[in-house]
Amino acid sequence: MAWFKKDKSAEGKRFKIPEGLWLKCDSCKEVVYRKEIEKNAKVCPKCNYHFPISIGERISLMLDEGSFKEWDAGLSPMDPLNFKDSVRYRDRIKTAQDKTRQREAMVIGEGTINHLPVVLGVFNFSYMGGSMGSVVGEKILRAAEKAAGRRWPLIIVSSSGGARMQEGILSLMQMAKTSAAVARLAEARVPFFSILADPTFGGVTASFAMLGDIIIAEPKALIGFAGARVIEQTIKQQLPEGFQRSEFLLDHGMIDLILERKKLKQTLAKLLTFFSA
Amino acid sequence: MKDHLDFEKPIVEFEEKIEKLKPFAKTDPLIHREIEVLEKKAQEVLAEIFAKLTPWQRTQLARHPNRPNTLDYIAFMIHDFVELHGDRLYGDDHAIVGGVGIFRNRPVVIIGHQKGRSVKERIDRNFGMPHPEGYRKALRLMRQAEKFMKPVITFIDTPGAYPGIGAEERGQAEAIARNLIEMSRLAVPIVSIVIGEGGSGGALALGVGDRILMLEHSIYSVISPEGCAAILWNDSAKAPDAADVLKMTAKDLRSLGVIDEIVPEPVGGAHKDPPQMAEILEKAIESQLAKLDGLKTDDLLEQRYQKFKKMGVFGEDLVP
Repeated sequence: MAWFKKDKSAEGKRFKIPEGLWLKCDSCKEVVYRKEIEKNAKVCPKCNYHFPISIGERISLMLDEGSFKEWDAGLSPMDPLNFKDSVRYRDRIKTAQDKTRQREAMVIGEGTINHLPVVLGVFNFSYMGGSMGSVVGEKILRAAEKAAGRRWPLIIVSSSGGARMQEGILSLMQMAKTSAAVARLAEARVPFFSILADPTFGGVTASFAMLGDIIIAEPKALIGFAGARVIEQTIKQQLPEGFQRSEFLLDHGMIDLILERKKLKQTLAKLLTFFSA
Repeated sequence: MKDHLDFEKPIVEFEEKIEKLKPFAKTDPLIHREIEVLEKKAQEVLAEIFAKLTPWQRTQLARHPNRPNTLDYIAFMIHDFVELHGDRLYGDDHAIVGGVGIFRNRPVVIIGHQKGRSVKERIDRNFGMPHPEGYRKALRLMRQAEKFMKPVITFIDTPGAYPGIGAEERGQAEAIARNLIEMSRLAVPIVSIVIGEGGSGGALALGVGDRILMLEHSIYSVISPEGCAAILWNDSAKAPDAADVLKMTAKDLRSLGVIDEIVPEPVGGAHKDPPQMAEILEKAIESQLAKLDGLKTDDLLEQRYQKFKKMGVFGEDLVP
């Protein structure tokens, strides 16, 4: 083995991060104290990277404490295509459910922000990449219909690879279904806030997520239609620095604003005041 | 470019033999008889092959270079067609064509993906892969249809929306999403037909119709079989396997409740007899438009909403 390789691997070992206490930032690669990140809404204090957070953490950051009530938790995925690659879709669902302790990649429900009622939907990226199949589509539709009926603003926090391949064409149709639901909400003149977290792609961006009255993104989140790898393979070119990051979308006029997690609730509260006045 | 598929080869061989014999048929009754036998045999072989087409073979048919495309159908079934260009925002996307014309005494707006046939045309049409301006042109024409209360016919035939830097910069996702929401509430009847390849969101962006039809050998899928194979098996050469598992044929979509009608194709596929194909399709579109004619706008929109609301398969049990 060449000396420089050997040296590198030794260095890697010496700086191995002990599980639990310290965390290496995915973005700036700095090693930071885990407690510090947790106090900071899971945002890297060195580079402002927004780490992925769980649905529970997301809800407690956005809503008044204890105000959330989940809806339609009994919706669960089926396997209409009897889909199988190396693993059966049914088994993938089981694994995802065991891992996340949730039946599907999205939770919907009601809660309050500074005592103003809202309908909230949150994607869980750890559940099959937050992909949208029949259940996710149905939850978004129900959330939108109830929001329209009660005249409560709808907030959806997306974090998704797009449509779920394992439900085939039915997943594609969820794009039309959720967009139609957003249309009904718009006709009722009830506001829809779409919040884009890292990453949001494909069939989710190309449907309800880009249809918010207000579209907010988290800093440095990757957001786009096609994934970087597909684009690179198609055009045989390297993609520019910062391509498909929130800041890139803001520059190109695709989103209203970029907000740090910590400022999300207070800004939503301001917007709610405007829309409910 | 080779203009037949591998599984069409036996038929092509028959056809070539028949062509060679034809000059002698007039003078030699024996050869005339021989041609008749060959023609009959060719029909049998054709029927046999088409009776057990695999999803991958259908994919190849759906992408067949000679398959009739949007402009072909327009030429067959639309009188006084005037093509209209541009999105009034950025450019004119040649991967989507649209315009106004008369369909069986009925003024209509027609919009469709256009793949192109020659190499030069394919490049000009970007292989039928639209940029945002294509979708925005389509939306502009749909809004025009609504303003002047004319029904909309859309032809779907695309590998998908183009994945490129410019497309992302100009909001490919937003352009598709915008079409979905606007089509869901457009106050005129919409009939959408998948004539070839229905590739994902780029296809759906023209597909939120009151009626969705598929030609017998067309496909419609959330992802291309190549893309699916690359993700599942890291090998796009396994596309034929992916075509099986994705359930993307007209029959599959009918049984999943996604489409309303399968439009039969001439034996051997649409490309074997484009005029006949156009005639069959014209009748199917007419009968669907006739059913939508009498509906009040509110009922039309409610039915369209319910149609898409119903899509999906899931379980539900009561959770305390």
